[in-house]
Order: sequence, then structure tokens, then C-alpha cells
Amino acid sequence: MDELKLKILDLLKEDSRRTVELIATMLDVTEEQVARAISDLEAEKVIVKYATVVNWSKVDEEKVTALIEVQITPERGHGFDAIAERIYLFPEVKSVYLMSGAYDLLVEVEGRNLKEVASFVSNKLSPLDRVLSTKTNFILKKYKQDGIIFEDHEEDHRMMISP
Amino acid sequence: MKEVAAMRNREETTRTVKPMSEYLSPLVRDIPPSGIRKFFDLVSGNKDIISLGVGEPDFTTPWQFREACVYSLERGKTSYTPNAGDYELREAIAEYLNRSFSVSYEPRNEVLVTVGGSEAIDLALRALITPGDEVLIPEPCYISYSPITFIGGGVPVGIETFARDKFKLTAESLKAKITPRSKVLVLNYPSNPTGGIMTREDWEPICRLVEEHDLIVISDEIYAELTYGSRHVSFAAMPGMKDRTILVSGFSKAFAMTGWRMGYACGHPELIAAMLKIHQYTVMCAPAMGQVAALEALRNGMEEKDRMVESYNRRRRLIVKGFRDIGLPCHEPEGAFYAFPSIASTGLTSEEFAHRLLAEARVAAVPGNVFGLGGEGFIRCSYATSVNQLTEALERIGTFLAKIRPV
Repeated sequence: MDELKLKILDLLKEDSRRTVELIATMLDVTEEQVARAISDLEAEKVIVKYATVVNWSKVDEEKVTALIEVQITPERGHGFDAIAERIYLFPEVKSVYLMSGAYDLLVEVEGRNLKEVASFVSNKLSPLDRVLSTKTNFILKKYKQDGIIFEDHEEDHRMMISP
Repeated sequence: MKEVAAMRNREETTRTVKPMSEYLSPLVRDIPPSGIRKFFDLVSGNKDIISLGVGEPDFTTPWQFREACVYSLERGKTSYTPNAGDYELREAIAEYLNRSFSVSYEPRNEVLVTVGGSEAIDLALRALITPGDEVLIPEPCYISYSPITFIGGGVPVGIETFARDKFKLTAESLKAKITPRSKVLVLNYPSNPTGGIMTREDWEPICRLVEEHDLIVISDEIYAELTYGSRHVSFAAMPGMKDRTILVSGFSKAFAMTGWRMGYACGHPELIAAMLKIHQYTVMCAPAMGQVAALEALRNGMEEKDRMVESYNRRRRLIVKGFRDIGLPCHEPEGAFYAFPSIASTGLTSEEFAHRLLAEARVAAVPGNVFGLGGEGFIRCSYATSVNQLTEALERIGTFLAKIRPV
């Protein structure tokens, strides 16, 4: 990928609300160049979505997240992809990764409470053909996500004026 | 009884005779108060202010360097280092300078690790000045060169530089200030506060004058890594200049390590030996733990450094365009992390402008006059602050300008 696109992605990853004008200024290119690069990136599905990182623990709404390690038997001709698809199509599933190591898929599941996640695992995930075993790990606290530290410790400690 | 006590009191008061200032060395007493200090007092305590007055990176020291220091503390590395600094660090500094700026120094006797670049400047000036010597200082400049010259009994001679020259030092203006008493030339490019830089072509005529008039140069290159669009040219790398140059630099700006106070000086073995003499009697050695972090920075920190420099560059473009858009002429700062826009069109002095900007727009910027000759009519704005804060500050300045400008 060309350097400009990488730089644009870098700036948008920091803050997806940055305008084309601001990005053009910061990278010393024209607004047309930036607009074109962004629409290319969107068309190519490099930029998939402009989302917001939320610290849900600060919101008064119950929510639990589990990372589930899933062992599966791959399907002839389709490898892991077909079974991964059957799993990621569930709306409860937030992300699915194919992993190296002791298990095959890492599945992130979100629910309103423990019971909801547990019932997803026992009623929907485990019964799937080719799922050999699951191991459910509940997330207790998020410290950092997508490079953003959730604790409020990154204040500016500098003196207001220094030579 | 009362009378006795009163008498004693009187005796005691008569014993503390003169006002304390009369005990002070006139060299210290007569240093004018720092303008930046005055402004600092004004700003501190204010809430909801966006400060563009900070002369340091907005990055925390990369964790990797901090971690190296923590580990060394756990292993109990808490004793003195050699006076000139840990040898491995001196080697790494020499290797780094050679690789980055093509100047070669012998780590054994040409490199001295100091408590920040500030100590290196102090040592260099003290080692060189005989009372009455003139020290040439291009201005506007960093605020310490004149006072330290003064403490050493030297005579600071300011050389005004101008926005129309992008605040470069020109041969004509240097030449006009050289006298038979001129001994030292202090250079600081990339420049705090102007962001001005010097290219090879800019240096050439300066080198000729330095040679012709037999000057010694103290080149404070603390912002060397923060040069945008071109490669920094060290004065020491110019032909024939290495032996008459004391190169001063440090880790504060490029590696976001201000609080560590890690700097260094490089130069001719006899000059470094003289500086080492003062250094060993005053501070013994730079802090051992800081040296560990500095070594880590040089060994494994270049990627972090490049990332930070790129981030400054993006914000630099943002602030320069921002000032121009709201009608403040701003020369292109090609180094450091300061923009130095002209506020002359407002009809206010730098101080009036800065004070009113603070009171009425809640933005702190340092009035240019505190940086010496040529600083009046400008404000120094650091762009080492977040993009959102910069955008907000520019908006506030724009609104303020619209208010104070006659329609």
C-alpha cells in the first residue's frame, strides 16, 4: 500500500472523526488526494467501519464479555472457514480469530449477564457439528483496548510554561 | 526584664546589618529577572487554559526506556558512574552522532555526559570565558545563554535575526558584531523559540568568519532530530569546525526525556577535559539511572523517536496553516516544536498580546520579547500538544483576533 494511505489510516485510527481538511493539512497533501485515498480504502474494505471505543464499565448497563477457546475438526475442502462462518453469524459473537496453538478459534461473545453467555455456549456453540470442546473465559476488567488505556492516568503533568 | 529582652532583640537586629542582597555576588544579583518566569507565575493556577507555552514533548518517555531504568534499579545499579559518564553510554553517543550527523568523536576523551544539555552549556561557557570576553549570541534564543555568560564575567552580545531570513544567522549580521574581544559564538539550530534551521549553505559563510576571527563555537543542537523536510547539519560536521566546536545535545527533546536531565557535550579533548574538571567538582557524574535509560534510548529507541518526530511534523503543518488562516503571518519553522507567528499587525506588544490572550481567550503562549533581540512582535507557540487542543487553541486565538482587530 502506498505511504499516503498508511499515514491516513494512522491518523484515522487515532481519531476517526478527523476531517479530510485536517488530514490534508497534517500530511501536506491536497484535500482531493485525501478524499480519493479514503474512498479507495473504503471501497477496498480496508476501512471497514468508523466505530467508537466505549468504556462500558462506566455505563450503567450490565454487560459481560467472554473469550471462548474453541477446538474444532476442520471440514474437508473448507478448512476452518465454514465452521468459523457458522459461528460468526450469531449476533452475540463480536469477533472470531483463527489461532495457532492449543485451540483453533477464539470467539468473543457479549451478553447482558453470565447466564446469557452460558446459554449461548451450551445451546448454540457447543452443539455445532465439528465443535470438539469449548473453554469459556470471562473478562473481569478491561485495562486497554485498541491501544487506548481505559484508566484515567494519562493526564498532562507538564508545567504550563517552560523555557 | 522586658527591657533586657528588647535590648537583646535590638542587638540581634543590629547584627543582621545589611540587606541580604548586598551579600550576593553582583554577578548573580544583577541578572535581570527571567521574563518567562514572570509569565509562568501569571499562568500557573489558572484553570481551563490551553497552554502552548510548554517547552517539552507531550509524550511520556517511552515505556521501554523507563523499564530499562526500573530493571537497573531492581538490580541495585545505584552507585556513581565514571565522572564523564558510563563508558558504554559514551560509546553509544559517539556511534549515534557518527551515524546520524557524520561527526566522529572518541568516547574515551571527547564525550562528556552531563545533567541535561543545560549543564553542558554552563560548563562550556565557564570553561571558556575570561572576564571581559564577548560571547556572540544570535537572538531570539533560548533564555540561558546570556545569564550564564554574565555569571562567568563575560559580556553577552546579542545578534538580532529576522523573520524575513527565517531567523537564520547571516554572515553580515555576525560580522557586524565581531570585535577583538569576541571569543565564543553560541549557536542553537534548530532554534528555540523560532524553529529556524541552518543548512550547509547557510553555515558556509559563518564557518569562514569563525575561522577568520578565531572563535570557539558552542553549538546547542538539542533539537537536531526535530528537523523536518531535510537532514540536520551539525556545525561540528562542517569542514575544519570540529576542533573549534563544542557540540551540546541531549535526550530531552528527541527521546521525550526532559525530567531525566540527560545531556552531553562533545569536543576537542582539551576542552572536554576542562569541562570535566568543573563537572567532577560540582556534580561528580550525571545520575546513574538516567544514563541507563539514555543508553536504552540510543540502542533500541530510534523507532519510537521517528514516530514522535513524524507526529510533531503533522502538528507543525496544522499550526502553521492555522495561524496563516487566521491572519497571523508565520514563517515556516523547519525544526524544533515551536511556531513563532508575528502578532505585530494587532498593534499590541508581545506582552500585551500574551496577557490578553491568556485573560480573554484562555490560551497561554510565551511573549517573544523574553527571548531577546528580535523577539518583540512575536509569540512562541509550542505545538507539542494534542491535535484537539491545537485546533481548539487556534479557534480561540482566531476569535480573539476578530475581537481586537478594528473592523
